[in-house]
Amino acid sequence: MPSFVPVRVVRAVTDPRTLRVLSVLVVLALWEWAGRVPISPAFPSFSQTMAAFGEMLVDGTFLDAYSETIPPLVVGVLLTGLGGVLAGIVMGLSPRAEWFGLPVFIVLQASPSAAIVPLITFVYGIGFAAKVFAVVLLSAPVIVLNSYRGITNTPRSLLEMSDAFLANRWQRIWKIVLPAGSGLIFAGLRLGLAQGFTGAVLAELIITPTGVGDLITFYRAQSAYPYMFAAILSIILFASISVTLLQRLEQRIFRPEMRAT
Amino acid sequence: MTDTPRNQQQEGELATGREEPAVRVVDVTMDFAGGVRALEDVSFALPKGELTSIIGPSGCGKTTTLKIIAGLIQPTSGDVLVDGSSVMGPGPERAMVFQDFALMPWATVLRNAAFGLELRGVPRREREATAREYIAKMNLTGFEDSYPHQLSGGMRQRVGLARALAVDADILLMDEPFASVDEQIRRKFQEDLLELLSGENKTVIFVTHSIEEAVYVSDQVVIMSRGPGRVSNVVRPGIDREGGSDQIRRSPEYLDWVERIWVELRDYLEQ
Repeated sequence: MPSFVPVRVVRAVTDPRTLRVLSVLVVLALWEWAGRVPISPAFPSFSQTMAAFGEMLVDGTFLDAYSETIPPLVVGVLLTGLGGVLAGIVMGLSPRAEWFGLPVFIVLQASPSAAIVPLITFVYGIGFAAKVFAVVLLSAPVIVLNSYRGITNTPRSLLEMSDAFLANRWQRIWKIVLPAGSGLIFAGLRLGLAQGFTGAVLAELIITPTGVGDLITFYRAQSAYPYMFAAILSIILFASISVTLLQRLEQRIFRPEMRAT
Repeated sequence: MTDTPRNQQQEGELATGREEPAVRVVDVTMDFAGGVRALEDVSFALPKGELTSIIGPSGCGKTTTLKIIAGLIQPTSGDVLVDGSSVMGPGPERAMVFQDFALMPWATVLRNAAFGLELRGVPRREREATAREYIAKMNLTGFEDSYPHQLSGGMRQRVGLARALAVDADILLMDEPFASVDEQIRRKFQEDLLELLSGENKTVIFVTHSIEEAVYVSDQVVIMSRGPGRVSNVVRPGIDREGGSDQIRRSPEYLDWVERIWVELRDYLEQ
């Protein structure tokens, strides 16, 4: 009987924020239900997973694991972030660099990186450098190609405008080309960060049994599935939070108009 | 029919012969890659302090001509002289208003309007003061901190105009500035533009495809034909602007000129 439901309640329920919370709750409820059935003995319920998550958070398991995983991730992403954006920009600005570099990154992006990761051991062993290399390998193509696309897609009329108003080469790059491409460049960085995470965890799963990757392997071997899922959940949370932070940073630096509506 | 404009043209040349024109376009020919000839032997002069419009069918090279004068593209042959010296590229004495506004979406109205000065290294306080002055003249006060996507098309074009005026160039190049504005606002703009320019003593070149607009705003009209783009005629309507816009638009003189230019353009379209 819709007429008995007060308008205020209807509004509150159809509010986007309420719907967002509701959709999350529905998914978590489904997870809880699927875990309790159970659909598979290896699939823990949400409550079990959260209990394990809390335990690992409190006893320092996460702290130890992430202090292993984060340093190579940060070093790798910083390297590709700086080098990759720079390479992409140079390729976007210089036809010669484009001719030379573009095919390399297109091939790299299309190649199955996970299959290449084990080969890293031959050159870089199983230490810190190998992890960094895996991060770079996975994150570089998307960062470079997005930066390249961002630069080559600068609107022509803005370039003409900067010319007409006497911009020199550096002003043109810094004040027009970079802000115009920043959307794609930062999208590349966000995807690169996520890819870098995959690279770090892959390296820990395949090459060096340490960090968060090792948590997954370890708990799987012990059939401690709630803990294994808690480790996976922590990766998802960590990746989403860092990607969101990067998006905030972009809007603050280059695109203030995205905040004003 | 063509008698009178030709006489007028000669009078115009005599009148402008007294003083060196602000811009002289001499035998400009432009071939695009692929062998398409966009312009052939285009010559005309922009008398100092006057408003000249270029009119012609689409594809006649109006915008190309304007960009060559701006120094944004180099002609295949021929020369553009600004105050007697050859144009090698864009210069501080020329400022441009773009058809698609060319505003930076990430910059506020204030920064967009001050951008020409920013590129010239004018200190922030100074350039923003100048920009504010022109923003006020464009009736955009209160929108200094807005972003282009928050403005209407007409307002965006006024920001583009403020940016061009803020650098205080002697020559203003306008590429169909009112093309994307609807008719009512367009008329208002034309009047605003004339009022704005009356005190400034600037040389203005104005590309348009509207005959009414050309006759209404111009001291001189360059009529172009296409395939390849050539100057078919240069006329000086010299409409008496006393008595307000409604009077002008109804005056036989004004309507005569609109008709003459239309007949001339129609001849080229029929060829």
